[in-house]
Amino acid sequence: MHRHEHTAGRSAAGGALAAAARADVPRPVYLRIDGLSKSFGSFQALKDISLTIHDGEFVCFLGPSGCGKTTLLRAIAGLDLQTSGTIEQAGRDISTLPPAERDFGIVFQSYALFPNLTIERNIAFGLENAGRTRVEIATRVAELLELVGLPDQGKKYPAHLSGGQQQRIALARAIATAPGLLLLDEPLSALDARVRVHLRHEIKELQRKLGVTTVMVTHDQEEALSMADRIVVMNHGVIEQVGTPTTIYREPSTLFVADFIGETNQIAARSAGASSLAFADKVLGSVAHGLAEGQPVTAVIRPEDVTPHALGYREGADRRNLCDVTIAEMEFLGSFWRARLAGARLGQGPLVADFSVNAVRRLDLHEGAAMTVELPAERLLAYSRNGADDASG
Amino acid sequence: MTRAAERVSSGRPLRARLGRDDIIMRGYMTVIAVYLVVALALPLWAMMSKSFSTYRFDLRLYEFQVSDEAGAFHAPPVTAHELNQRLRIASSADLATNADGRLPATSFFPDFSFRSPVKYRIRGTSDDAVYLVGSDRTSGTQWVELSSNEFRRVMLRPVAGRGLDNYSTYFSTPSLFHSIENSLFIAFVSTVITVTLAFGFAYALSRSCMPLKPVFRLVAVLPILVPSLLPGIALVYLFGNQGMLKELLLGHSIYGPIGIVIGSVFFTFPHAMIIITTALAISDARLYEAAVSLKASKWKTFWTVTIPGARYGLISAAFVVFNLVITDFGLPKVIGGQYNMLAVDIYKQVIGQQNFEMGAVVSVVLLVPALIAFAVDRFVNKRQVALLSARSVPYAPQPSRRFDWLCFGYCALIAVFLVGLVAVCQFAALVKFWPYDLSLSLRNYAFDLMDGGGWDSYYNSIEMALWTAVIGTFVVFTGAYMVEKTKGFDSGRSLFQLLAMLPMAIPGMVLGLAYIFFFNNPSNPLNALYGTMAILVICTVTHFYTVSHLTAVTALKQMDREFESVAASLKQPFYKLLSRVTVPVCLPAVLDISIYLFVNAMTTVSAVVFLYAPTTTLASVAVLNMDDAGDIAPAAAMGMMIFYTNAGARLVHAILSRGVLARTQAWRAR
Ligand SMILES: Nc1ncnc2c1ncn2[C@@H]1O[C@H](COP(=O)(O)OP(=O)(O)OP(=O)(O)O)[C@@H](O)[C@H]1O
Ligand SMILES: [Mg+2]
Repeated sequence: MHRHEHTAGRSAAGGALAAAARADVPRPVYLRIDGLSKSFGSFQALKDISLTIHDGEFVCFLGPSGCGKTTLLRAIAGLDLQTSGTIEQAGRDISTLPPAERDFGIVFQSYALFPNLTIERNIAFGLENAGRTRVEIATRVAELLELVGLPDQGKKYPAHLSGGQQQRIALARAIATAPGLLLLDEPLSALDARVRVHLRHEIKELQRKLGVTTVMVTHDQEEALSMADRIVVMNHGVIEQVGTPTTIYREPSTLFVADFIGETNQIAARSAGASSLAFADKVLGSVAHGLAEGQPVTAVIRPEDVTPHALGYREGADRRNLCDVTIAEMEFLGSFWRARLAGARLGQGPLVADFSVNAVRRLDLHEGAAMTVELPAERLLAYSRNGADDASG
Repeated sequence: MTRAAERVSSGRPLRARLGRDDIIMRGYMTVIAVYLVVALALPLWAMMSKSFSTYRFDLRLYEFQVSDEAGAFHAPPVTAHELNQRLRIASSADLATNADGRLPATSFFPDFSFRSPVKYRIRGTSDDAVYLVGSDRTSGTQWVELSSNEFRRVMLRPVAGRGLDNYSTYFSTPSLFHSIENSLFIAFVSTVITVTLAFGFAYALSRSCMPLKPVFRLVAVLPILVPSLLPGIALVYLFGNQGMLKELLLGHSIYGPIGIVIGSVFFTFPHAMIIITTALAISDARLYEAAVSLKASKWKTFWTVTIPGARYGLISAAFVVFNLVITDFGLPKVIGGQYNMLAVDIYKQVIGQQNFEMGAVVSVVLLVPALIAFAVDRFVNKRQVALLSARSVPYAPQPSRRFDWLCFGYCALIAVFLVGLVAVCQFAALVKFWPYDLSLSLRNYAFDLMDGGGWDSYYNSIEMALWTAVIGTFVVFTGAYMVEKTKGFDSGRSLFQLLAMLPMAIPGMVLGLAYIFFFNNPSNPLNALYGTMAILVICTVTHFYTVSHLTAVTALKQMDREFESVAASLKQPFYKLLSRVTVPVCLPAVLDISIYLFVNAMTTVSAVVFLYAPTTTLASVAVLNMDDAGDIAPAAAMGMMIFYTNAGARLVHAILSRGVLARTQAWRAR
């Protein structure tokens, strides 16, 4: 039985990069999930999930549709009880407590604002029956409206607000009682793209200001990368990887993660030793993958890691992965160029590379031009093709 | 290897600890479920078992000995059975009886004379033997010696048993089982006519641009506001023995199938019209555009697009109408004459002949078609809902002079029929002596001078309808809320759903009779309810539970599923959410339920006819009883009182809905 604790922001090889994030500041564990499984009939939606979340951390559950993100979030909230496994919040075992006895605020994709109550009454809903006076409640509501940037909308009804405004009201309602844990289930997915980008910052700002431990579910990788302190990548009911956005992006521990987040070139190859790979007719250095020689692998390199050089560039050619290629196609994508390179003779199909506008101008790159590219060994990853979970690095 | 791993391997799923809300909600749901069990399941059970209880004189149980003139017993003892074999006094069928059956012992002694000096001895051959001496209940195997004069008053009592005897009696008595055929026939004919007429009406409303549509919509639902016996009374005035239009029937009598069918068409029309209108409204306009672009004729479009689109509505309407007609009691009672129908048979057996066991048998027989109609309707309804959710562009009719006027003429004819019958009742109620003295007077409203409970019955009806509306709405809505929003507890919830659907399948007569068996049983602690206003309210709420429940569930399903989760996360109890959000948002549905219950409580006859007491007579039952007693004009007058009350209630409901909505639902407007 193999089960790994996905705790560290600093996984073995990720140390240097993760240091940039704040995950190295030791913070107390706030939420501990241990061996959590959930079945719907014979279908297993969550399989033996273990995870710890630190106090004040912003964690995103990221994964394709149906991978079990919402299920995990609802188990934390107590809305759908897990089949087995324990959940501990702030040192208290909450595994089987009903939602009302847990400590969280929640925002749903639909916002679930009470349509017949004004914005004020919506936000005040959780403040009543707790020994607060009317004046205290009114003050707190005003404060919250200020906080979410809608100070004079209190008398309106939810239907009179835009989607983005409703979303902020839902957030204000969820944090009104100052819960220890904030749960967000795809809070931005019902909004249009511009509002979404804007609200990302607002939510993140707010979370930082309040210091509330937050779990957000999303299937939008950009959202997760830009907001989270740590990302939990899920697939088919299991956790694929936990790490800071940079770790997840730079050192995906499985092919699934590499493929799901960002763009990749994937090339069939074979292991040619601990840190080199054999392609169709050349052997290139790669990160240390530790796979036995001759084993079939999928080599992965991101388009932006393909480094452009002038044709014939050979500096350090003995230890650097240099290939001569021709540009089959170029496409301008605003802040960079995407090129399809032919003749690398690594495998079938062209190699996709992203070049900065600057490099294109400097090297005079255009369709049909020949050039040399480097596939930096430390950016060339390898994953065993027999099992998905053996990782590079 | 860890606690979690052990837990997985132990395979025992976790159980949620119940919060306060969970406990309250489950508890409350259980209370309402228990209510439904007590007010529905147990009475039905009592009725079923009654239909299987048999009473039979067992002649082998009794032994007699007769003395000589001097009073000495020389003759050997002889059982009643042997005597019967010898003398052929009672056939096997004669020995079947009911709970009150009494068989005089003297019938086995043809030459018996109470003046004779001969003495008689009687004893049981087993302890089961029971007989009466005068009013003394006697049993046992001891000889009891009696003079002729005393022996005259010896009555054998039947033994209770279980079996199919009642059923075999039923099916071997033509006057009883012919009713099955009659009921099916009437229900079938009425269904075909009503659905056809209602389809035409609904079609005209949704597919034409004729004028006065709102008026027609209003007129079409008039019959809902009156008891089903009212059209019967109107028909008596028009076509009865002194009817103005009697000649139109060409010598046929209105008392019988003709009257029942016409009246049934009247009172089922709105139900069919509403269902079919809904079905037509969801047809897809794009199909019509396609048909037009394919140059299909109107006739062909009708058969290839309209009818298939509305087919579930038509089937559903047909079964609803069928069910209404076959279970209706008031109309055939008033105008059925000698034509027997199942629902009336129950009444006759119970009220007329006090044969409760046979009443129970007829009830069970009546349950069969009602259950089938109910099941088909539910099945079809599910399909219709699926269609509805996939709805698309609504159809907007184009004006067409000829077609619109044709539709108008057709609807006007139907409207004349519907309004006409009500108007005849009103007119008859106001004239002095139909048809001889047509001058107007209010003396038919002097209900206190007639049988039936007088004006009190009218006030009782209003009281009963108000209680039903208030209590019923509360019980139904909160019950629906619990069953919709309780988490987990799946088995409890599906049981509840089943109980909530059941009343629709139970004909009113059957429910009423079942209540007698259950509540009028002295050993039932709820016996005290019998004969009170409370039992009338309970019975009526139960009788109309299903439609109210479905209305509430539909409204609740439109609420965001996560409201409860949000409230829980904010540590607010569910009842705060219920009162502050759920009820206000569902207010239109709540008002609809209450007016539905009110109107039906005012008009219902079938269930309550068995349950009212002298202090709780009801207006609708008074209509029945006055009609029965020949006071037809006052019956019509009382029927019209019900009509005006219901019309008033509908008006108040409309004003309230609008007012309340305007005030509390400001949030709906953008
Ligand atoms: N009540 C349920 N009954 C049966 N299966 C369910 C139920 N709820 C969820 N599932 C299944 O569990 C799996 C995980 O569902 P979940 O809602 O957690 O996915 P998700 O990761 O949130 O996806 P999305 O991004 O689409 O919201 C899905 O395959 C879903 O079909
Ligand atoms: Mg989800």
